[in-house]
Parts: sequence; structure tokens; C-alpha cells
Amino acid sequence: MGEKVIEFDSVTKSFGGKKVLDALTFDVKRGEVFVILGPSGTGKSVTLKHAIGLMEPDSGEVRRADVRFGYLFQSGALLAWKSVWENVALPLEETMRLDAKEVARRVDNALAAVGLTDAADKYPSEISGGMQKRAGLARAIVREAEVILYDEPTSGLDPVTSVHISKLISDLNKKRNVTSVVVTHDMVLAAKTASRIMLVKDGKAVVCLPPEEFLKSDIPEVRSFIAASKGEGI
Amino acid sequence: MRFVPSFISSMGFAGLILARSVQYFPYVLVFSRPRADLFRQLYATGIRTLPVVTVVSLFMGMILSLQVGLELARFNQELYLGAAVMLTLLREMGAFCCGICLAACVGSAIAAELGTMKVNDEIDALKIMGIPPERFLAAPRILALVLMAPVVAFYCCIMGTLGGGIVGATQLNVDFQQFMSGALWMAESKDLFVGIGKSALFGLLIGVISVSEGLGTNLGAIGVGKSTQRAVIVSFLAILISGYMVSRVFY
Repeated sequence: MGEKVIEFDSVTKSFGGKKVLDALTFDVKRGEVFVILGPSGTGKSVTLKHAIGLMEPDSGEVRRADVRFGYLFQSGALLAWKSVWENVALPLEETMRLDAKEVARRVDNALAAVGLTDAADKYPSEISGGMQKRAGLARAIVREAEVILYDEPTSGLDPVTSVHISKLISDLNKKRNVTSVVVTHDMVLAAKTASRIMLVKDGKAVVCLPPEEFLKSDIPEVRSFIAASKGEGI
Repeated sequence: MRFVPSFISSMGFAGLILARSVQYFPYVLVFSRPRADLFRQLYATGIRTLPVVTVVSLFMGMILSLQVGLELARFNQELYLGAAVMLTLLREMGAFCCGICLAACVGSAIAAELGTMKVNDEIDALKIMGIPPERFLAAPRILALVLMAPVVAFYCCIMGTLGGGIVGATQLNVDFQQFMSGALWMAESKDLFVGIGKSALFGLLIGVISVSEGLGTNLGAIGVGKSTQRAVIVSFLAILISGYMVSRVFY
């Protein structure tokens, strides 16, 4: 780890007068799993959209290394009129000049990596939310992305599927050295996969620590987030 | 007062979509994969709208024939019924009828489809994969409308004339053959070409308006509904205004 692949420098963004990101500063290093934690509506997804270049900051700067990026949307964002196989093949067919055999090989490998070989011919409407996310992940890795950004990868999923997705993120990092930036409020996912965890509140970074230090932190915002994720106070 | 900046912004966005999409027209025509998508869009634009277009144009010709025929009958000029119906259809109503059918059937579907894709992050996903939405989504749809609208308009003229002839023969005592020979006697190639050109312009306007409304969608499901509604209304207005402008230039 060392080279910075994403760098936020005092990034500020407002929507309709409401400040969503407030001088947010952090960096993501090559090879790490960087988890951004925080309650809903604190600007986590907006942070991710700035990181990939879908949004431009009002002030401050986002610097990205010249690497291939992938992005897993909350919904999977698959094209409804294409099968899972065709969705995964899409970036190869539309942006790379590969012969059909090579496309098929890469797509089959990507689908096998996420365990979706049997669902290759199905359409997005015919598969579950978890499978859609896995198909979205296959589409991100098929281009051999070096950095993958995950927007709430386990939201709305059952615990078993959540663990499966968490394992996929971890495996991609360990086996293919894929740098990951994961936006979530899933404490389990964060603790199991993260190299560093950043807690965001009101568009600001409260703390950024390795998971073991994060879990022991005495910072009130961290304690209250951990307590809430355990269901304390119900 | 908020309408003015919003209108200017929408026009600017539509202009941008047009400029970016037109540059991909050759790509869509030359390469096999986008060409296959173009054929799918041509099918959706032409074949799938045929039932609606048939009914609308047939009855439009029948109404036209009835109203004009009743007035001509007062002066014993039923001889000119076919010519009047044909000229009106070729110059104005064929293209107009085609335009409103395409705006209602195809334009609304395009705006709803792209709007849904926008709120489901599919458009952003395409951008991240390095696939320009203007190339992948907009160009085939706009080009299909431009190419298919003249065909649909010509079909409208045929069906309208047929409807007019039926009403002439059954209600106005105008022989069908006499109606048809009158229709062909007065029509000039200029009328045909102006009508065809006008319908291609309508196709372009409907395509650009629908695509830009779809791609400009926000606010979730409500936004999709609003975009679809706006696409149809703005297309209707654009058809009426540009239709008059073209007629003003050529006649």
C-alpha cells in the first residue's frame, strides 16, 4: 500500500442550500478496502459519486489516479432488456475491441467469480436483489477494474447474501488486489472487510482508523454508531 | 418567472443531446451491433404504432371528407372532394397525424424508458463503463424516428385518403374512382416532398425532446411521470409550431 488512488481535498458540496459534504478530506491507497460508514443522509453516496466523477464539487478537489474504475450501484443498475450475460458483456462489447471468444471467456469468468453462472441467461427482473448486485459486481470486474466503488452493497439483503457479498469484496481484494471503497452502514461488513474505516457525519469525516482501533475508539459518535448497529437502546 | 430560465435550460440540454447524438448517426448506421438496435427502434417506431396510426388517419380522412364534402355539396363541387382531401393530407394532416401518433406512442415510451433508467442509476452506470448514453441510447432512437416518420406519414396519407373515399362514396354520393382520380389529379410532387420533409422534422423534434426529457429526469417515479408528460406536451407544441413555420416557408 502506498500510492493514493483517490484523494479528497476539502471537498464541499451543497444541494438546495444544504451542505452535504463539508470540507471532506481523505485518501484511499492502492490495495486497501476503505469503508465509509455513517447514518443515512450523511453524504456517503454523494462522496462515492464525487470519487468516480459523476459529480463535481462546489469547492475543493478530487484527485483520481489513472486506473480502471468500477462501480457497484445499490440497485445493481442492470439494463432491464438485456440478460445477465449480456449486461456483463456490455462494457467489453461497447468499449473494447475484443473478439467474441475473448468476450465470452471474460464474461464466463466474471460470472463464475460471483457465482452466477447458472443465472447467465436470466433477465434482471427474473433474479433476486442479491443476484442483481452480484451481476453488477461481475460487470464491474469484467473490465479488470483496479478500483471498485461499492454503494451500500449489502443494503436490503438477507444476512446470508450479505455475508456472501462481503466475502466477494474481500476475495477481490486479496486475490486480485482490487482496491475497494465501500459505502455502507453495515458494521459487520465494515469490521470484516475494511483496512480502514472512516465515519462520516453531516458531511464531515469524524474519524478514520483501522477496524480494530475503530471498534475500540472512545469518540462519542463512533460509540453511538457501534451501539446503534448492535441494536442497543431499542 | 421561473419558467423562462427553466425553458432556456431545457432548450440548451435538448440542443446538447441533438449535437452529441447526431455525431453518432454514422456509427449507428455502419456498425452491426448499434444497427441491430436501430432496427429494433425502427420496428417499435413503425410497426408497433401501425394500429393506432391506421385508426387515427382513417378517421381523420373520414372527418375531413365529411366536413369538406358537405360544404362542397352546397356549391355542387363534390368533384373536388378527392383533391381537397388529398392536398390537405399531403401538405399538413398526414405529417401532423403521424407526428401526434409518434409523440403519444413512441415519444412518451422513450421518455418513460430513459427516465426510469436515469432514476435507477443505469445511465450513470453506462457513463462509468465509458459508454456515452448519446451513442448507446439516444442516437438509435432519434435516428429511427427521423427515418420512420416519413414512412408513417405517407401511410397516414394513404389511409386518410382511403377513409375520405369511403365517406365520399357512402355518404356524399361521390364515386370512389372519381374521388381517387381527383385526389391524384391535383397532388403535386412538391406537396409530397414538403409533407415528407415535415414529418422527418417532426420525427427529429419528437426524438430529441423525448430523449432529453428522459435523460433529464430526476425526483424518482414522480419525475418519470412528469418527464413523460412534458415530452408529449412539448412534442405536440413543437409539431404545431414547426408545422406552421414549414408551411409558411413553402406555401
